[in-house]
Amino acid sequence: MQITISVNGSAYTGEVEPRLLLIHFLRDQLGLTGSHWGCDTSNCGACVVWLDETPVKSCTVLTAMADGRRVLTVEGMERDGRLDPVQEGFARCHGLQCGFCTPGMMLTARWLLDHNPDPSPEEIREALSGQVCRCTGYENIVRSVRWAAQQRGGDGHGGHRLAPGGAQ
Amino acid sequence: MQVPAHVEYEKASSVAHALSLLARYGPEARILAGGHSLIPMMKLRIAQPETLIDINGLSELCYIGLTDGELRIGTLTRHAQLLDSAAAGEHFPILHDAEKVIADPVVRNWGTVGGSLCQADPSEDLSAAFAALKAQMVICGADGSRTVSAREFHTGPFETLVAAGEMLTEIRIPVRRGGGSAYAKVGRRVGDWPIGAAGAAIWLDGDVVADAGIGLTAVGARQFAAPEAEEFLRGAPATEESFARAGEIAAEHCRPVSDQRGPADYKRHLASELTARALRGAFRRARGG
Repeated sequence: MQITISVNGSAYTGEVEPRLLLIHFLRDQLGLTGSHWGCDTSNCGACVVWLDETPVKSCTVLTAMADGRRVLTVEGMERDGRLDPVQEGFARCHGLQCGFCTPGMMLTARWLLDHNPDPSPEEIREALSGQVCRCTGYENIVRSVRWAAQQRGGDGHGGHRLAPGGAQ
Repeated sequence: MQVPAHVEYEKASSVAHALSLLARYGPEARILAGGHSLIPMMKLRIAQPETLIDINGLSELCYIGLTDGELRIGTLTRHAQLLDSAAAGEHFPILHDAEKVIADPVVRNWGTVGGSLCQADPSEDLSAAFAALKAQMVICGADGSRTVSAREFHTGPFETLVAAGEMLTEIRIPVRRGGGSAYAKVGRRVGDWPIGAAGAAIWLDGDVVADAGIGLTAVGARQFAAPEAEEFLRGAPATEESFARAGEIAAEHCRPVSDQRGPADYKRHLASELTARALRGAFRRARGG
């Protein structure tokens, strides 16, 4: 089937099988390997990307369902060569070790800060509770998100939610 | 690697269009809402529909509001939207209790209320919540719509009254005075399916229970309900003793099975204890506490 999806602000048009999962489309067809393919069962959250306004687990979304919508992956988080404060927080606060969970963690953290600019550690843990990290014990991830929250109210680069997102 | 088998795909542009697509593709077509139950089943080849009819574009099925003394919920409402709904929380806090413990925030962003109900997993949380609230389900087909009670809706594990060519479009819950509701769940870890869970709604007349609704999930309760315990409560004093006894009655009528989540006798214990806890919570809220 023919699809058109805006990924990180660029429109992609092409043919896909209806059964193709969004995570495989992003990684295998677009080469955007920042989104990780983990448990395959919507438990681990390594595959989290934004679909329009919200983070979703892209191992459990068909590419066809994203037709006509906007996708944001970790590759789209930095703007004009500047890291999103969430990315900077993860770097400064050692919010990752192996890095496998990190893209999904950061995308959900960005969404959290867009809705709740000053979350408590408990609120951060709740928001990230569908995502698994086997290295950090989560403590530094929570610190990283808190660090981002403290930068200009955690509002990133003007908010991805309002980004027009390509040629739709 | 888990991928679904080959499948045809159609995107519906309205409820009428979805129904016409269902008619065209026949009984091997399935409605695709959030897909967070259906796609995992397709990956495991437990479900192998020939055609998916994607209804994610149907904003007409995405709403929560009060109409004619009922809370009405469109079936494409995402779990996160139900959790965010002030109207749902004000009138039926059981729905917020339940949504807080359904999967995780990211899954709740895309999974839908109607999808969960139509999947009809015997451990599903909202099925018990709506059974407790004695909700009504609106099912649409080519010949119009019909309304069935939440307690008739499930005909067995993974089976509902929604026939080939039909789709669930709305859930209706009558708002009644003097009521309170609550949900209590025990799971192995955050975001997991329940080992056992109970929902309760209670309506008071002074210090007496005028009416009660009890929903149970994952413990083998018929139609996710506990009618014998409800019958016991009707007209009984609204006391701790009554709630504890109702829990025992509910547990006696369950048929839990031992599985990886726990042994049957533990699940029966949970049915009793969680029913009493949910009743206690519902009573507190009915009292305005």
